[in-house]
Amino acid sequence: MSMKSTLRQVDSVIVVDLSGRITLGEGCTQLRELVREQLGKGTKFVLLNLADVTYIDSSGIGELVSAFTTVSNQGGQLKLLNLTKKVHDLLQITKLYTVFDVHDDEAKAISSFEKAAGA
Amino acid sequence: MTTESNIVEMTLESDLNRVEMVEEIARRVSATAGFDEDDQHKIEMAVHESVINAIWHGNKNDPSKQVWLRFQIFDDRLEIRVRDQGIGFDPSSVANPLKEENLLNVSGRGIFLIRTFMDEYRVKKLEGQGTEVTLVKRLNSNNSGQ
Repeated sequence: MSMKSTLRQVDSVIVVDLSGRITLGEGCTQLRELVREQLGKGTKFVLLNLADVTYIDSSGIGELVSAFTTVSNQGGQLKLLNLTKKVHDLLQITKLYTVFDVHDDEAKAISSFEKAAGA
Repeated sequence: MTTESNIVEMTLESDLNRVEMVEEIARRVSATAGFDEDDQHKIEMAVHESVINAIWHGNKNDPSKQVWLRFQIFDDRLEIRVRDQGIGFDPSSVANPLKEENLLNVSGRGIFLIRTFMDEYRVKKLEGQGTEVTLVKRLNSNNSGQ
């Protein structure tokens, strides 16, 4: 099963509902292109909803890091929403849990962008 | 694919689309060996990362090169060997992904995850034939790996 993504705009934030596998190959490539495309459209705030991600490997984790730094370098923000236990554990093991801004409530995640933008 | 009561052996072409099937086999063999669901997932991930390394880094995604895998169940452990036809690598040359300066690196976490999830990880260069890695997971091991 490959990765699927659905985009929603909530206020100034693009919420990306991801499902399936973020692994070396198709999944990672799709995520990279999606982020690049959004930045090209002037999107600054990206919230990746990982609730339905069934599998992520070391390359997928690397792709999340890449998305995070790419968006940050463009003056934007990328945050994570609804980590599964497996993804949560992987981010803990790799010490990336504190690098990402991780949320489990979409409304609060959205407002955190607005607060940051207004600050 | 060859199966004996305690051995599963297979040869794959270098195709990333094969990896999902290998994960499924790793999960089933781990369950048969007596590992709980948590450990089955760790073994599955370690096998995934090893096979990806073999296809991508070892065989350079060359479809004419193959990856050989062998799962062997012992009374006290599961041993997995993954062999590619590449030129080999030195695992000690991989930077520690947990170091502050490496945290935001895009790559370099695969071997770290294998080492975290398994009890042993060995790399052997097979002169003129490729590289073989051996993964060992002991039953009732203390390696929590989260």
